Amino acid sequence: MANSKHEILERSVTLLIIATLITVSIGGLVEIVPLFFQHSTTKPIDRQGNPLDVKPYDALRLTGRDIYIREGCYNCHSQMVRPFRAETERYGHYSVAGEYIYDRPFQWGSKRTGPDLHRVGGRYSDNWHFAHLRNPRDVVPESNMPAFPWLDRPISQRDITSIQDKMKTLRALGHPYTDEEIAQAPSMLEGKTEMEALVAYLQGLGRALSNFQ
Amino acid sequence: MADFVSGFWNAYVMVLIALSFAFCIFIIAFNMRASGKVGELQPHKWDETLQEWNNPLPRWWMYLYWLTIFFGIAYLIIYPGFGSFPGMSKWTSVGQWEQELKKADEQYGPKFAKYRTMDVKAVAADPEAMGMGKRLFQTYCMQCHGADARGAKGFPNLTDRDWLGGDGSPDYIKTTVTAGRIGVMTPFKDILSEEQMKDVANYVRSLSGLSHDAQRAQRGTQVFAENCAVCHGPDAKGNPLLGAPNLTDDIWLWGSSEAQIIANVTDGIQNRMPAFGEFLGEDKVHILTAYVWGLSNKQ
Repeated sequence: MANSKHEILERSVTLLIIATLITVSIGGLVEIVPLFFQHSTTKPIDRQGNPLDVKPYDALRLTGRDIYIREGCYNCHSQMVRPFRAETERYGHYSVAGEYIYDRPFQWGSKRTGPDLHRVGGRYSDNWHFAHLRNPRDVVPESNMPAFPWLDRPISQRDITSIQDKMKTLRALGHPYTDEEIAQAPSMLEGKTEMEALVAYLQGLGRALSNFQ
Repeated sequence: MADFVSGFWNAYVMVLIALSFAFCIFIIAFNMRASGKVGELQPHKWDETLQEWNNPLPRWWMYLYWLTIFFGIAYLIIYPGFGSFPGMSKWTSVGQWEQELKKADEQYGPKFAKYRTMDVKAVAADPEAMGMGKRLFQTYCMQCHGADARGAKGFPNLTDRDWLGGDGSPDYIKTTVTAGRIGVMTPFKDILSEEQMKDVANYVRSLSGLSHDAQRAQRGTQVFAENCAVCHGPDAKGNPLLGAPNLTDDIWLWGSSEAQIIANVTDGIQNRMPAFGEFLGEDKVHILTAYVWGLSNKQ
């Protein structure tokens, strides 16, 4: 083995690192990279190429989305209806990639302790969401979801002052916010509670594709 | 279902996959036998004394390696994955879902079709249909109306024969499930003083025979006639056309305490039942209608 080719690779750390990187990147190069160059994963269209009514989150929903992430809702709720009958019967039409183009990062989740939320928009009334977030047992006695009563506080000043930067960053990534929308963003959040922002976010979920095709 | 921006990406995927297989086969083919003398002690040492013998790869390991290669190739022949090649089976996740729907339709379609032509009241008398209705209710309705259909604060009890916007007939229930319903009450915070609200709350409580301050209730009569009778009617028996509830029947959607009544009068009510017609479709709505109707009309 003294002069085997393998030994060259084993004795040079640099070569070994390069070869390892090439090997582990193959999977990503084949399975992930091509998705960046696919119409149905980068544009607001469904699988047949029909346009979807996807809009970037407005200031209130964007704030609600950040609260969703902050409170760890994704730990128990997924946002991805798979094309199985059991799921489409319960939640509505299966999710398509084009619906998530303004989700950075997306909230697909990986675990469903609670139900999927991708088609929750419009399924319940605002009042239901308020009651349910304050104490889920008030409306669903069997529920094991934690209560989130502290969301009844106003949106923090820090969140209000940072909303414009947030939107500008997203615009740099391709979310088509207008100057006007960004200028009005802070006033949209004034006087709103965190719960109102979260409910606005939830009520807007999954409505790009008709639930009812 | 690749819809790449250019054909390059198809070729890119295919070439990378082919190269990967070629590489894996090359590696294993050239390592089937030990190089050099089998059983010879190798010269390099680790940790001063640790040495290894020159032995071929274990057979089970080698066969497993070949097996994974063949599995991969067979998979890409049968299933989609090799660029734009759809696979011999033409499998897609949506295709599988459509198959599932078709199978379910064959199984349940005739049942739904049978009940669709039957009158709601007849469906409500059918034990099998009511089993279906119960399961549908537990899936789509219990989040608001409760597993026992007795509702919660702000969400109507469906078992008490009291209906906010109509007569509780099958048609009324079906319309409600299909198109949803909106319940609105004006906020009176800018119209009534605190005292007036207390008075009217006591008056409203007196209508249901609950404990109340008689003097306040007396004064509340006037407040009610001037502000509330428009929707709830001069006799406070409500108006289904406006969704204004009957206030004399001791059924309370939000609660009957004085504080709760004052809160409702102060801030008003914005209540909504979502429309389920498009989502559930007529067949399921029909059975749900019968189930809900049956809750108040036990036979």
